[in-house]
Amino acid sequence: MSAPEKHIEVRDLRLNYGPREVIHGISFDVYRNEIFGIIGPAQSGKTSLLRCLNRTIDFTPEARVQGTIRLDGRDVRQDANVYALRRKVGMVAPLPVGLPLSIYDNVAFAPRCAGMTRKSELDVIVEQCLRQAALWDEVKDRLNSLGTKLSGGQQQRLTIARALSHQPEILCLDEFSIAIDPVTTMRIEDVLRTLRQDMTIILVTNLTQQARRLADRTLFLWNGEVVELDRSEVIFSDRPGNRKTYDYVNGIFG
Amino acid sequence: MTPPDANVFSETPLVRRKRREEALAKWIFCAMSALMILPLVLIIGYLFERAWPSLSLGFLLEVPTRGMRAGGVWPAFVGTIYLVFLSLAVSAPIGILAAVYLNEYARDNWLNRLINLAVINLAGVPSIVHALFGLGAFVYAARFGYSIISASLTLAIMTLPVIIASTREALASVPRSFREACWNVGATRWQTIRSVVLPNAISGILTGVILQVSRAAGETAPIMFTGAVFFKAVQKGDLFPYSLHDQCMALSMHLYTLSTQVPDVQESIPFATAVVLLGSVLLVNAAAIALRVYLRSRKKW
Repeated sequence: MSAPEKHIEVRDLRLNYGPREVIHGISFDVYRNEIFGIIGPAQSGKTSLLRCLNRTIDFTPEARVQGTIRLDGRDVRQDANVYALRRKVGMVAPLPVGLPLSIYDNVAFAPRCAGMTRKSELDVIVEQCLRQAALWDEVKDRLNSLGTKLSGGQQQRLTIARALSHQPEILCLDEFSIAIDPVTTMRIEDVLRTLRQDMTIILVTNLTQQARRLADRTLFLWNGEVVELDRSEVIFSDRPGNRKTYDYVNGIFG
Repeated sequence: MTPPDANVFSETPLVRRKRREEALAKWIFCAMSALMILPLVLIIGYLFERAWPSLSLGFLLEVPTRGMRAGGVWPAFVGTIYLVFLSLAVSAPIGILAAVYLNEYARDNWLNRLINLAVINLAGVPSIVHALFGLGAFVYAARFGYSIISASLTLAIMTLPVIIASTREALASVPRSFREACWNVGATRWQTIRSVVLPNAISGILTGVILQVSRAAGETAPIMFTGAVFFKAVQKGDLFPYSLHDQCMALSMHLYTLSTQVPDVQESIPFATAVVLLGSVLLVNAAAIALRVYLRSRKKW
């Protein structure tokens, strides 16, 4: 197998909220078309890390980012077109957010913001994304009803469809399964296995089993520092490189 | 045979006491709430009873005659409508747009806090002070003279801070997660505001604006200083009797002069004027409630 191609390079990333430093200079690479798991307890900086990646951290005025994040070799913080950057990075939040728009408009929102107005093109994108998110069959007859009236699991798949609608190269999922049932979770996990052929997936999760099931490599983030990054077989084995990893994965942390 | 813990569900003295306290608390709160109805019913009942001899559609459409001692309130009614609509036409756009900036764009820095402080303090300025300011600023400095435009602008300044505050509240009630979801897919702030924030805040914004109608209609001091007059000759039923630079009559001012300045007025006439004022304000409030119910029924989450 040839050497994997770097898709994202993070170098000495440091993040402060005011005087409080939450990420203490971390470095790692994410390879193209892999599923990259990030595990770690609450407050370890997982969500903040994702927000640095698509620069929604810019909306937090007191946040200060140092170091570099390169996407395909280009520094995201030098990138003038932040909206294009965010379209390259699909983001799925922990709690499903159906926008108070119709199902159709939820998915068509991002392409419209990017300037696409032709109904025929939008129709294609909407159907394709809803199919990819395994939601199409359930909603195809009521695309004009409200996205917020769907059940939690359906809304989470709608959120994924929306994140896919701008054809991202990277899909970030931030604890996507905490508000949905196990059956839906399994369906979404299947979806992710299909999607990885087209994109790189970053999976932040509190469920270590989920990372074990899905991720090729897993990064254990603890208190804003990388404890260990390795192939998932190693991280979740009986002998990971770090004692802390073993304790966390096996629930004897403390 | 009863299970050993059957008496868990029986009544103990503590339970009886809690139940008594619960009932008492409920009755006190309920009585206090019911008390709210009483003043409203009394005011309306009293006004209608005293105003009854003069009340008719003619009273609304007639012009005052015989030195205000007879006739109706048409010029004052139209004047109030002029003042209210002009002042809100100025203050609503400014207030709403300012609130959007403050809530959606502005960072929490010293300027934002200063503006916030100014808004709060402006809302607390007594109307007579607004009146004096309007007199100095619009009547003299801006040379609008005693006119509808001066009076409307004075009322606009008076209603502006409340509109800003209520609009900010309506905007803040739209969950932040909606905004973040939009930003995540590459929407600009304006795209987010236009497509998600404003459509969901509009019912609260409109309610806040419409509630200012009653304030603008009811205030006497600001218009008395800047453009309302005791009497103005107007044709019966004329819808556009005033130009912007005219002075005008207004219901609140009319009520004041009838009650204090004119001798030997038939007693029912000021009361009937009050009924017209109260009636139009309640009508607008009812419209506001209906609008809110309608918009809320379409609320989307």
